Order: sequence, then C-alpha cells, then structure tokens
Amino acid sequence: MQEETNNSQQAISNTNEEWTTVIKPKDKLLSINFKEIWDYRDLLTIFIKRDITTSYKQTILGPLWWIIQPTFTVVMYMVVFGGIAGIPTDGIPQPLFYLGGVCMWQYFADCLNKTSNTFVANAGIFGKVYFPRLIVPIENVVSNLVRFSIQLFLFVAVYVIYAIVGTQACPNWYLLLFPLLVFMMAGLALGFGIIISSMTTKYRDLQILFSFVVSLWMYATPIVYPLSQVAGKVKFGINVYNVMCLNPVTPIIETFKHAALGAGEFIGWGWLAYSFCFMTVLLLLGILVFNRVQKSFMDTV
Amino acid sequence: MPTTIEFENISKQYRLGLVSTRTLNHDLDRWWKVNVLHKEDPYLKIGSENDRASAADSEYVWALKNIDFKVEQGEVVGIIGKNGAGKSTLLKLLSRVTGPTTGTIRAKGRIGSLLEVGTGFHPEMTGRENIYLNGAILGMTKQEINRKLDEIVDFSGCERYIDTPVKRYSSGMTVRLGFAVAAHLDPEILVVDEVLAVGDAEFQKKAIGKMQDVSKGEGRTVLFVSHNMTSVKALCNRGVILQNGMLVDDGDVDTIVTHYLRGDNDVDNYKTWDVPNIKGNGFELLEIGIRRKNGDFTDVMRMDHELELLMRYKLTSVKENFWITLHMKNEQGNKIFSFSGFDRCYEHHHEPGEYEQTCIIPANFLNWGNYAIDFMAFNQINNIELIAAESDLISFSIANRQIAIGGYMGKEPGDVTPVFNFEEKRLK
Repeated sequence: MQEETNNSQQAISNTNEEWTTVIKPKDKLLSINFKEIWDYRDLLTIFIKRDITTSYKQTILGPLWWIIQPTFTVVMYMVVFGGIAGIPTDGIPQPLFYLGGVCMWQYFADCLNKTSNTFVANAGIFGKVYFPRLIVPIENVVSNLVRFSIQLFLFVAVYVIYAIVGTQACPNWYLLLFPLLVFMMAGLALGFGIIISSMTTKYRDLQILFSFVVSLWMYATPIVYPLSQVAGKVKFGINVYNVMCLNPVTPIIETFKHAALGAGEFIGWGWLAYSFCFMTVLLLLGILVFNRVQKSFMDTV
Repeated sequence: MPTTIEFENISKQYRLGLVSTRTLNHDLDRWWKVNVLHKEDPYLKIGSENDRASAADSEYVWALKNIDFKVEQGEVVGIIGKNGAGKSTLLKLLSRVTGPTTGTIRAKGRIGSLLEVGTGFHPEMTGRENIYLNGAILGMTKQEINRKLDEIVDFSGCERYIDTPVKRYSSGMTVRLGFAVAAHLDPEILVVDEVLAVGDAEFQKKAIGKMQDVSKGEGRTVLFVSHNMTSVKALCNRGVILQNGMLVDDGDVDTIVTHYLRGDNDVDNYKTWDVPNIKGNGFELLEIGIRRKNGDFTDVMRMDHELELLMRYKLTSVKENFWITLHMKNEQGNKIFSFSGFDRCYEHHHEPGEYEQTCIIPANFLNWGNYAIDFMAFNQINNIELIAAESDLISFSIANRQIAIGGYMGKEPGDVTPVFNFEEKRLK
C-alpha cells in the first residue's frame, strides 16, 4: 500500500510536465505568456483587418473621413488659436504647424480612448472565449496606425504644397527619430490605456473622469502653441518649461515638430530619454496590472 | 487511458448583490489581512453553499465548492444538474473565461469551447470573413482555417450566402456557421454547453454525429452540459451530477442519469405508512407506489416500460359500495385523465380485511416527463361519500426511450403518446 502511494506520487510528478494548460487562482506577478500572444498573431492580424474594413461600412465617404476630421480641426485651430487668440507658431505656416500636432495627438488620443475601454467594450467576447486579452489593446494601437499614416499622408501633401510655394519650413536629420517617436506614442497610449481599462472594470468613475482628462491633456501638451512660448518663464519659483516637459508626451511632440518643420529648438536628448523611460516603466506596470485583472474581471465588470 | 483533465479542489466564489460602496472597503480589508497580516482571507470563510431557493445569510456565495475529479482521454462526460448548480461556472473555469478562487485545473492539449457558438461574429463582415475571425478567436491559425475552409462551408450548408454579410443571415444560419467553425477546431478537449438546442433536425443530426466522431474516432475528450437527459445518455459514457456547487455523484452515465431523474423535482413514487395517514370511515391506506412492471420502486421508468400502480389498504368495517379513483396530472398540474377499477374488476361489496389493488398502465402510453397522482376513496350508500382523499399523493418521472443517435431528441407535444394501429395500402 505504502509503495503504491509512492508510485502514484511518482506518476503524478512525472506527468506534471506534460500538462499544457494549468489554471490557477493567481499566477506569479511576472508570468506573462508572450509566447501565447505570439501564437495568436493571426488573430491580431484578423482583428486589425476587421477594424479597418468595418469602421466605415455603409458610409458614403468611407475612409475619406480620416482626412476630413483633421482638416476641419486644423481650420478650427487656425480660426480660434491662430486668429482670435493670436498664438504664434514659431514662424511656421499655421496649417502645417497645427496639422503636425493634430496628427500626432490624434493618434495618441485615439489609442488611449480605445485601449482604456478594452474590458468593458469586449465583455461579451471575453465572457465566452479565452484568448490572450492583451491582443485587443495591441490591436487597437496597431490598427490606429493605419489611420495615422493616412493622416500623415495628408500632412506630407500639405508639406509638399508649401515646399513648392517656397516656405522656410525644412526637415532635419532628427526626422530619423520618427519611428521611435511613433513607437513611444504607442507605448505611452497602450500603457495608460490598459491601466485605466484594468481599473474601470470595478470602479466606473474612472472612465468618466478619464474621458475629460484626455481632452484637457491636449492643452498641457504643445499642440496648439509652441513650447518656446513658455521658455524661461518662472512661476512660484518653478520653471514652467521643465514642468511642461514632465508631461511625457511633450518631448515627443516637440521633437517631431522640430524634426519635420524645423520649429523651435531640439528639446534635448535628456528629455527624450526621460520620456522613453517613462513609457517603458508605464508599459511594464500596465501589463502587470492588466495580467492580474484579466483573470477575474468577468466577475466584476 | 491517461488523464487529460484534472480538477483539484476547485472552488469559485461570487459576491451577491450589487457592487456597493463597500467594495473598496472590502478590498482594502482583504488586502490588509492577506498581504500584510498574512491571515486567512476573511471573505473566503463566510461563503455559504449555493442554494438559490433559500435566502442568503452571507454576501458571498460558493458557485463551486471543492470540485475534485479527473477525466481520462477519450471520455465523454455529461455534466448534469439543476439551474444554478454550477455547471456553466465549471465550464467557464475550464475555458479560462474566469479564474477559480481556489484550486488548480490541469489539462493536456488545446481546449475548445462551444459555450456560445458564433462568438465575435461581426455583422458587417461576410460569412467567409467571419469564419476567419471566429476561427482565430477560437485559437486556430490562418493556415489551419485555409485548409479547412471548404469543409467548414460545406458543413454549415451556407455556401450560397458565404459572401453575404452575416447581418443578412437568419439566426439559424448564423448558428450553423458558428457551429461549423467550432466543430472543425479539432481541440484535444471539447467543452460543449447546450448547443444542440438550436438548429433543425437535420442539423442536430450532423452536429451530434460530429461530436461522436470527435470522441470515438479521434479519441478526444468531451465535456457536455445539457438538461436533455436523452442526449446526455446518447452521447456520454460518464456522468457527473452537480448540486449547489458540489459534486454529488459521478459514474456510469446510465446510473447517473437515473439518480439524477430520481432526485429531481422531489420525485416520490412510493409511500408507505406505519401509522396510516390517509384514512377515514374504516378505510386505511397502507402503501401506494408506481414502478415499472416486475421492477423495483427505485428503478427508472421509461416510456417503453409497462407501469404498475400498486395500492394496499385495510378496511375495518363492511363497505357496501366501495371504490378508488385516481387522477393523473401532468407537469403543469393539469388533470389529464381519471382512472378507476370501479365497475370492472372488483366487487362493490367489501368485507373487512386487507386488500391489494394493481393497475397496469401500458407501455408507450404516457409521454416522458413528470406526473403526479391524486388519490380518492369513495363509499356509496345513498349518497356518494368521499372517505379519504389526497392530492399529489405520489409523483414520478418517465424517461424517454432509447433513441438512435441523430434521431429527434425533443419532446413530442402532449402528455400521452398512444400507439394506434395504422394501416397503409398501396392503391395504385
């Protein structure tokens, strides 16, 4: 009898390695299954395709809306901020200045809004099938990239028109940083988004709070004004410029504007590195929180 | 056979009611006690077992409690139980939609779930696009879907509409398409929850056939949840009964279904009294019961069994004109017919003594379902006198007859299914 139990224990420990799925109440903090996400890469591409093909089904203008939206936003900014408020644009033609900022910001805001809603918006699907939940926010960030590149195309077109007319706005070598800048935007949006979505499963207040925080956040970022406007200003003994740069999106937008338009000064590697580190930490934290919440969110959402 | 799934001490706790302002409070309290003071989780202890009918004395409830069982490769396990017994929770844990509160589930191979077919279908996309979408959600790679596309389209029977947006499909077609995708998932472990309730007879046949192929031919493991005992019996070789979140019975499917049917709805098909309860004016009922002919009172009664109603009673005084009448009632409590041996099989005059009366209900007369019997004893001198009566004295269940795979598994309408003599002649 004794021997038998020993044997069976032996058998259990032997078969332990064969289990392909082990479901436990809580995993270790850092058990993120990246391989699993890779296994589901086809789902990622199909989701992206779905988002793009279905977003403007049964509309007449279709993807043209992706161009119309920023165009009208820029016209509005030109009237309100450039015209009525008279905020300077570092000597750059207003349409170019605003369009650059709007394209970048719109990408960030779109990603943020969509990823922050991951759990609540997908509760139906998540409640029925398992797949790595992280696929959904990643998909949001990637599919928005398509929209972003179409808007960027508009930006380039306007740019070319100005170049033919002969304006001073000229790109410089910092433009090589562009892919990194986009990556950082995506990382920040993803990081913030999944943290918010993890928290909103239980406390919906955050969703309400968050929707207007995003719209206010734009004004804390140099989109409708150049950062050079606040350079050297000191209030309450604090350098306003430095405070502005603490916003991790600021160095990204400023670098882009400087690289593409030659607007203002290069913000400096220090701030860019700060922004990058901020993104990395945020993203890691986000994935940890998300990973923890995804197991039990169906019970609380 | 090696074990494919192992449930080890699985429990799942839910909180009742709305998420009140006290949640944050509870969360902090729990976090403080567990992570800082290293005490036991205070909210795990107070959970009561999951009994829908009784009012809860605690805010927390166990949807599943200490579930421990193993499933071997190739087994088809039917999980049965009343609503709220925890069946769906168990499947949800297995398909990783939500996590357990305690315990571990281990499984070998891919787990495919048919918790709801057509999950993630996008109404604006065509049938073909949705096959890819749904397949990928269920865990197939694009290559796999490419390979099986023709088979899936063929199985669904929606070939003509495959390039039409799914929002134009009828609900039946959507389900067919969804099931077709899921059926071609080829998981090592298949989790099925009542999908057979949908679709027409032809499609049901296809779906059940596919499930059988999966389990018998390819040695895959299937967990099947259903309220339809006929399909459970037809498909499964092992049964598990869940009751109030606990596993109460496990074994061979026929035995388990029998136990389940007997335990269900307070079925009470045999009564006997030491001190007679139903009596009056010199009449005492000693025993009453219904069983299949030559069987035991504990045996399952099937539609194709002859049933025998048995009554034993004592008369302590002379009865000039005595008889017993019974009313058969269906599940809804409607009386379907009245029956009595009066005037046909016994003398009206009764001397004191002990009597036994039996009545045979022919096979294939009552439809499957639950029935109850009202009891009345009469004596007539000048006026008819009701000397003893009891409503719903005994109740019993009749199970469906054995049905060939793929046959119609629903219930025919009506309470009786008499067998009449039909004749057919070819005239020309």
